[in-house]
Amino acid sequence: MAFDKLNSSDFKYIGTRPDRPDGVDKVTGRANYGADAYAAGMLHGAMVRSPHAHARIIRIDGSRALALAGVKAVVTRADFAEDVEGEYWNVLDNVMAGERALYHGHAVAAVAATSSLIAREAVALVDVEYEVLPHVTDVDEAMQPDAPVIREGQVSTSVPAGLSPNVVGYYEHGHGDLDAGFAEADLIIERHFTVEAAHQGYIEPHACLAQLGPDGRGELWCCTQGQWFDQKFCAALLGIETSALKVTASEIGGGFGGKTTQFIEPVALALSRKTNRPVKVVMNRSEVFKASGPTSSSSMDVKIGMTNDGRISAAQGTYRLQGGAFPGAWAMLTAQCAFAPYQINHVKTTGYDVMCNRPKVAAYRAPGSPIAAFSTESVIDELCNRLRLDPMEVRLKNAAREGTRSSYGPIYPKIGLVDCLEAAKAHPHWTSPLKEGHGRGISCGFWFNFGMETSVNLMLSEDGSIQITVGTPDIGGSRASIALMAAEELGIPYENIRVNIADTASLGFNEMSHGSRVTFACGLATVEAARDATDKLCARAAAKWGISEEAVKWRDGCAIPAGSNAGEFDPLPIEEIAGRMGRTGGPISGHHSVTPDGAGPSFAVHIVDSEVDPETGKTEITRYTVVQDAGRAIHPSYVEGQYQGGAAQGIGWALNEEYIYDEQGRLQNDGFLDYRIPVASDLPMIDTVIVETPNPGHPYGVRGVGETSICPPLAAIANSVSNAAGVRLTHLPMSPPRILKAMKERLG
Amino acid sequence: MSRIHVTARVNGDKVEFLCDPRETLLDVLRDNLGLTGTKEGCGTGDCGACSVTVDGRLICSCLMLGAEAEGKEIGTVEGIANGEELHPLQVKFIEHAALQCGICTPGILVAAKNLLEHNPAPSETEVRYWLAGNLCRCTGYDKIIRAVLDTAAEIRAAN
Repeated sequence: MAFDKLNSSDFKYIGTRPDRPDGVDKVTGRANYGADAYAAGMLHGAMVRSPHAHARIIRIDGSRALALAGVKAVVTRADFAEDVEGEYWNVLDNVMAGERALYHGHAVAAVAATSSLIAREAVALVDVEYEVLPHVTDVDEAMQPDAPVIREGQVSTSVPAGLSPNVVGYYEHGHGDLDAGFAEADLIIERHFTVEAAHQGYIEPHACLAQLGPDGRGELWCCTQGQWFDQKFCAALLGIETSALKVTASEIGGGFGGKTTQFIEPVALALSRKTNRPVKVVMNRSEVFKASGPTSSSSMDVKIGMTNDGRISAAQGTYRLQGGAFPGAWAMLTAQCAFAPYQINHVKTTGYDVMCNRPKVAAYRAPGSPIAAFSTESVIDELCNRLRLDPMEVRLKNAAREGTRSSYGPIYPKIGLVDCLEAAKAHPHWTSPLKEGHGRGISCGFWFNFGMETSVNLMLSEDGSIQITVGTPDIGGSRASIALMAAEELGIPYENIRVNIADTASLGFNEMSHGSRVTFACGLATVEAARDATDKLCARAAAKWGISEEAVKWRDGCAIPAGSNAGEFDPLPIEEIAGRMGRTGGPISGHHSVTPDGAGPSFAVHIVDSEVDPETGKTEITRYTVVQDAGRAIHPSYVEGQYQGGAAQGIGWALNEEYIYDEQGRLQNDGFLDYRIPVASDLPMIDTVIVETPNPGHPYGVRGVGETSICPPLAAIANSVSNAAGVRLTHLPMSPPRILKAMKERLG
Repeated sequence: MSRIHVTARVNGDKVEFLCDPRETLLDVLRDNLGLTGTKEGCGTGDCGACSVTVDGRLICSCLMLGAEAEGKEIGTVEGIANGEELHPLQVKFIEHAALQCGICTPGILVAAKNLLEHNPAPSETEVRYWLAGNLCRCTGYDKIIRAVLDTAAEIRAAN
């Protein structure tokens, strides 16, 4: 039966909600995260960080630190490989500054000592002489011709001439004729938007335990979204062969894109090499804020034309994103996502990646897309209000569907945006009356979803139970979804399957747990590995029965004759074949390696009610509904969890979260007290609707769900607040002072 | 700096340890006693990942010195289950999928257990305010709140 003809009732395991396999570990404190590893003879590492936003490093003198009892080593840039290039060089210069410190908190040296208390004392004894240089932390200022230059020679060939050397990337997307499109419009609105930088806010700080010996071989334990990337980047930065380093991913206490790169790991390895002892490094929260990889801050201009009947006739956007002191902001993705939910004949987007004196950005859940949606959907909402059109109907009218040419190029395969909009329209939240003084807002959201390199091993035990080895750290319940798909394919109980996360020495290369790819790509590879195994199981049955392999098929955990011509044989269960496999041809395992296309975009629609306190400017979210296409929900509870978590992060970014720098370029709010993420009393229950528009690219129709959920909230909340308070905020977050100021200005 | 000898009880067991006067209770639990279930998320009392009870009172163990534990009864996540029998909160957290990454879970379980000991019938709002000191970045709190309310109802029904 074709995958998209399958109904939920056709599945035995998929769509059920069993306990996650690692549940007991994680409710008893037994699960080991990054900081939970210890080794005999272990030293503790700590970083010396720049107090300046931009400074030349004149001299680093570790002699006073080394004189302190218990201090075993001081490392600087000189302790790393010299001949690294490209992104390896960027990561190296970020984890340990070279000639200049490029942002407040940039690591310039590190120490190892016999205790963390001594290491912290030693940090204060490392003497660093700086020459403070002019700095810039604002994206628009960094683009000015006279802005302080972060680094020459970083500009990609696509960037138009005449811009500051800080503008390092330029992107254009779109099709049609903008002039013609805007000429068709009855109303055109153009707005400028700014969004401050946010942090992923994972509760587990970066932590690792490193060992690198004089033989050039090492081991690294760390919290990471992708152990093979730690392996290749750390090896390159230390100047050793990739395979000489074994990296084990700990349990991971949140990542959201922020644990896709290296910060302390190469430094811990350098300290270990210098001391020939294991070295543990754990960031404190201040370091996480200052010197891990937050998202870009941005400046955007969006112009949309609409006809009186609600058709978007043309759309144009310009997006400027700072990526910190290195290339790699997400302007390309912002430019690609900005109008992706809509069928627009005339559309153009332009993106600029800009460097400034801030930490090197990392991915944050659908990088670039939430701010894109904020700008686009705010303007659409304003057009709907001015033209007195129903915002849901306008979105339905313009919604992209199968066959639509997307604003970023490709023609969409089967997608679920219209299904989401119809589900949102039919939801009681949308039709319920609004309370006095409350406002309601909606927004669509889009994310590409990714496939990428994936390897899975599946091993049969003699009792018929299964061990699956995957290379994707379980960041939010993926062991459960992998085991469910294997149970479905093998026809054996979910409980008989154990899913293990491989270290880099135990499985072929895997991309990271990012890009909403795990349930899609790792799931696809698991299904194929299971089929590889069942082919072998069927072959053993065929040999036993003396019939051809083609005459045997697999069903409900047993080999059975494929048809009446194959002969009459009793079903041969997996445990019977497994028990004899040593004597019937050897151990049985399945494997699949793949770089799958067809991840299948996921769309969402969020509905938000809010109330703004006119005295304080504080916004309360009073009702929240997420509608999103999952393709197929393997474990619906964890799909809902992704929807709710993305919405909550979006609420935080929309209302509170921002990086605040002072005039000297120093981060002012490097803690959870002043960088306030939502707490339980800030939020309502978050209702979810799982739409299932199966993805043709996956055996069971799965689409990634992790990232799309953070795309609509910024816009949906901005639209809701606008309708509640009568002011439209174009600068996020909509913190109480900004809302109060806008309300006062409105009153004159 | 000379170390201080401390005698306390952790999850009912008598423990003795030597600690630097600067070490927090969290440092002692994790590094001296090997109880790594209690997590450090911030070290400044803002995230609640290190929540433990001291003589029945809920605190952030990063804000108390190890030396202050002398004579105290400490409760951590490792002491929530009764032998092989999980506490109802632990069961419900798994059942409700009230954790994703799980790093905040030990602190939230300690805090929620303490809540139910004080208030067996909390309202949703009471649960939200009691847990407002425990940050979770993954779940949006929805399933956590439901798991706590469901546990409370189940314990009440059983008694």
